[in-house]
Amino acid sequence: MNENAGFNKQQQDVAEFQGLIDQVRPKHAYLKNAIMAFLVGGTICLIGQCILQIYTGQGLEQQQAQAATAATMVFLGAFLTGIGVYDQIGKYGGAGSIVPITGFANSIVAPAMEARREGYVFGVGAKMFTIAGPVLVYGFLISVLIGISFFLLR
Amino acid sequence: MKFLLAFVIGGLICLIGQLVMDMTRASVTPAHVLVGYVTGGAILSALGLYQPLVNLAGAGATIPLSGFGHSLAQGAIKAVQTRGLLGAFAGGIEAAAVGVVAAVVFGYAAAVLFNPKD
Repeated sequence: MNENAGFNKQQQDVAEFQGLIDQVRPKHAYLKNAIMAFLVGGTICLIGQCILQIYTGQGLEQQQAQAATAATMVFLGAFLTGIGVYDQIGKYGGAGSIVPITGFANSIVAPAMEARREGYVFGVGAKMFTIAGPVLVYGFLISVLIGISFFLLR
Repeated sequence: MKFLLAFVIGGLICLIGQLVMDMTRASVTPAHVLVGYVTGGAILSALGLYQPLVNLAGAGATIPLSGFGHSLAQGAIKAVQTRGLLGAFAGGIEAAAVGVVAAVVFGYAAAVLFNPKD
């Protein structure tokens, strides 16, 4: 009888432990995703910094060097998406591959490539801006709003 | 040191995006995150809070899309000082022109030249 109670207790403990595991598991996914996003995003920015240093080393002034770096990273993002490598990085990197400007290039190429059979106007031309369109719309809107605010406040 | 800061700050900016995606409803897509980063970066920049981050981390702050918002905002602010209201309309896109046109040109070329993998 006593043994039986002990066994039930053990079973109860196991069930309780399982409950704890279930509570903890999603947090582990958060942590793992966050670490991967940090590592992948950080690495992409590190590559960007190397390219930036090369351009400033060539004698470009800071503003120009930053623009050239952005263009180079966009090229790399578009190319790696074309050869199918960026999607692999995205599987592990999550936001680490979305937030950098290479992810912006990826968001242009990936839907446009799929849409080629819909034609070059409504397929490629339109689908390029599925995600980039909203980004540019809100980017331009906020920049004009900021410009007007500074105009009124000066 | 600059390389380490670019890695750490750039990584942290991306980590915040991951937490936003994981901890919000599934209706928050990568598109929402990118729109949020551009808008947020522009607002931080207008408040004078983003330039210090660029000075500290270089590409770690300019490569994430919040850096795109930063150049839009700074372009508009500088153009207003020289050209007034017209500058408010032109300045942002002028400052971001290289990045935007590069995205269209290289994006188009890659979409036309390569075939999707599955």
